[in-house]
Amino acid sequence: MKNSLPKLIGKRCLAAATSLVFVVVTVFAVTNILPGDATDALLGQNATPQTVAALRHGMGLDQPIFFRFWSWLWAAVHGEFGHSLLNGLSVADAIGPRLHNSLLLAGAAALIAVPASLFLGITSAIWKDTFYDRIVSIMTLGVVSVPEFVIATIAVYVFSVRLHLLPAIVDVGSVHSLGQFLYAFFMPVTTLALVSLAQMVRMTRAAMADTLSASYIEMALLKGIGPVRLILVHALPNALGPIVNAVALSLSSLLGGVVVIEVVFTYPGIAGLMVDAVSSRDVPMVQACALVFCVTYLILTTFADIVTILSLPRGRKA
Amino acid sequence: MTATIQVENLDIVGRRGKGVELPIVQNVSFSVQRGDMLALIGESGSGKTTIALSLLGHIRKGCRIAGGSVRVAGYDITTLTPHECRSMRGRVVSYVAQNAGSAFNPALSIMPQVVEAASVHRILPKRDLEARAIDLFRALALPDPETIGKRYPSELSGGQLQRLMAAMALITDPEVVVFDEPTTALDVTTQIEVLAAFKAVLAERGITGVYVTHDLAVVAQIADHAVVLKDGAIREAGTVSDILFQPEDPYSQALLAAAEPSVRPTQGVEEGEALLEVRDLVVGYGRPTAMGLPENVIVNHTSFSVPKGGMLGIIGESGCGKSTLARAISGLQPWASGDIFFNGVSLAGDVTLRTPEQRRHLQFVAQNADSVLNPTKPIGKTLERVVRFYGNARGEAVTRRVYELLDMVQLSPALATRLPSELSGGQKQRVNFARALAAGPKVVLCDEITAALDTVVAAAIRTLMTDLQRDLGLAFIFITHDLHALQSICDRVAVLYAGQAVEVGSAEALGAGIHHPYTRLLRASVPLMDSSWLERTRERGLAKALPVATCDPASTPPELCCFLARCPDRVSGLCDKEPPPTLFVPQGPRVLCHLPTSTRPEFST
Repeated sequence: MKNSLPKLIGKRCLAAATSLVFVVVTVFAVTNILPGDATDALLGQNATPQTVAALRHGMGLDQPIFFRFWSWLWAAVHGEFGHSLLNGLSVADAIGPRLHNSLLLAGAAALIAVPASLFLGITSAIWKDTFYDRIVSIMTLGVVSVPEFVIATIAVYVFSVRLHLLPAIVDVGSVHSLGQFLYAFFMPVTTLALVSLAQMVRMTRAAMADTLSASYIEMALLKGIGPVRLILVHALPNALGPIVNAVALSLSSLLGGVVVIEVVFTYPGIAGLMVDAVSSRDVPMVQACALVFCVTYLILTTFADIVTILSLPRGRKA
Repeated sequence: MTATIQVENLDIVGRRGKGVELPIVQNVSFSVQRGDMLALIGESGSGKTTIALSLLGHIRKGCRIAGGSVRVAGYDITTLTPHECRSMRGRVVSYVAQNAGSAFNPALSIMPQVVEAASVHRILPKRDLEARAIDLFRALALPDPETIGKRYPSELSGGQLQRLMAAMALITDPEVVVFDEPTTALDVTTQIEVLAAFKAVLAERGITGVYVTHDLAVVAQIADHAVVLKDGAIREAGTVSDILFQPEDPYSQALLAAAEPSVRPTQGVEEGEALLEVRDLVVGYGRPTAMGLPENVIVNHTSFSVPKGGMLGIIGESGCGKSTLARAISGLQPWASGDIFFNGVSLAGDVTLRTPEQRRHLQFVAQNADSVLNPTKPIGKTLERVVRFYGNARGEAVTRRVYELLDMVQLSPALATRLPSELSGGQKQRVNFARALAAGPKVVLCDEITAALDTVVAAAIRTLMTDLQRDLGLAFIFITHDLHALQSICDRVAVLYAGQAVEVGSAEALGAGIHHPYTRLLRASVPLMDSSWLERTRERGLAKALPVATCDPASTPPELCCFLARCPDRVSGLCDKEPPPTLFVPQGPRVLCHLPTSTRPEFST
């Protein structure tokens, strides 16, 4: 059964769209199942039932759930996520700058982690079972087993509290030059990069080692192909699929890491916003933040799968 | 004049994991004169591939050259720097690997891979290289030489890839080519084409070669000199005719004896009392079409039967549907139409719907014993489990039964405590057999059980089968691609082509009388231990592996003869118009053919 390339990619995108629908429904359902709503947070424990009912009516919370879901979805499709239940600000406006900050943090971490892990993974596969390979392996294992908040806390203790070298809190507003950026972002970015790096190194090494043991690699060696060409032309295209998948998965786990890092460094990102929104039962805000995380995750995994499909002629026929 | 290849006192040692270094190659010396072909003959573990790779200065991981010298075309391999070694590889010495299917990079199309060695060594500009590659494709009788380079390895057949790999080896015009079992993975009818193509190109270019193989008949076709290896040491060296016809070393004699074709005289098994009967069976994959048949028909209206205590051989090439047939009989693959009767009772298509008795009486022995035996359990425990499962013993009796089973397959009871990894390939296959016998079967289905074994070991397993047939009255279905193996033990044969049993008859009669054209092609393609065989066979024009252009197998209507496209004897107006009838040759087989001129002498073998 042959499948054409566009058809395969179309299928993958359709699967992503289906997941998105599922995610949208789940996000809405879960945020509504949560006990209590914004009225509890706004009015406190001494509120009379009358005031609660009046406020609920004013916020539209007394309407049937399906009606609320529909109007929320309709607005969301138009890029309108409603208004914060707490301060009445537009959710989209609140998220915008925060999302930008988070992407800056995650992007900077990815920019360091991806090339570094590809380099470490590929080189340790090439020099498999050597001293170098063992060192990389022990270090990545060590880093992967320590939670990011421990690393972040230790870093803050050492570099900020003891050595007074770096700030413990990231002040985004004060960043105007590259020097200032490095000064402010060094610790959170490095911590985040370290955590996502370990997994990528291990997966890249496994994929590359697997490819390097194939008989076409030995054949290429026997044709007199040099090491650089051997890796770039013969090994890498075949290892690309699994590597991209590993990278995409790690980048999406980076999103989870962002939540912790933002809290430790009191960084004004979307994760911090979401944590605040959850504690104040600001449902529209929680919904929008959850959606942003889920969509980013979906985009990354879909992208990885499409690269896998494209990277091999074999994959095109599967 | 010094020899082109000169290997002196070569020692190669290797270690597995952190173990001690063990010798792989010991004190091996040989030389090859310019333009000659030397065969390295040996079974698995004889060190033949290790020696062949050392000619290219490539030593596999964990191994090293411990002593001796290797000189190839003026280069002293053992003293080359890695850089010098790279510049020599592919340019002066090139390599043709055993399995072209995995030796081509699946991510790249053919042409860049074929010309790569020549372009990294800067032998010619790219445009000239492609022209040279196309010339080579033509010389190696590849179809569509102009465009085949644009295709990907997964789109080509094994025989085509093997020839493309030869083109890849020859593109740099090397002085020496090392062939490592280049035809072992091929079907016989494909092998003959590839061998002929290799031989013609090598002779034309005066290339010096080393040919690694375990197949003595292939050695007879292609080599001038031969070296017999066992456990990394040379047992005998000399000209091919000396080694094949006057072997002095006992090991060479044993190898030859195992390769000698032997035909088993038909036993007096009467037809009619069929124990297992396959009637008009259709097996396929995919959704059913309008006609109620599956989208891809793998086994196509096949019928045959096995009498009690009989030994039926099913022969066919890769992709002919023999494994699918075996899966259907054993109840692992439901079929679309037709019936399978066991003892006169119709069998269910799904093994879980068969009665315990039926399951017990029909046992399957798989090709790869490693995939059947639990690697973490001693073989005695594995057998015990089967004995208990079929419930014919308990307590002390189970152990006794296990010993009895090991004895039946001629293994010492002391082996019961061993793990599968501590046994040899032949011993594992015997345990695999014992596992089937533990059920107390009446019919044993053997799917290519000797294909992965060395010649001598395989011959011993086949002897075991005939012993069991005689002593226990077992019936066997022996599925194979090896005609000699089949003839040495079977009394009846079904020849499978494109899922159809094109011929069913006596195995002994395969050597003479009237047969289906495919049977004759198959017979004629098995190499004989005779250096003129290849030329003679080619002259007889039997080995037409390439379909004739006017006859596309894909567009042939399904009801017509499945062999039409390759048949050298087809009659236009008859074979391409009417479906073939089932003919009963007097005192001969049942064939699915018009046998248009059955009086013509060339229809007999």
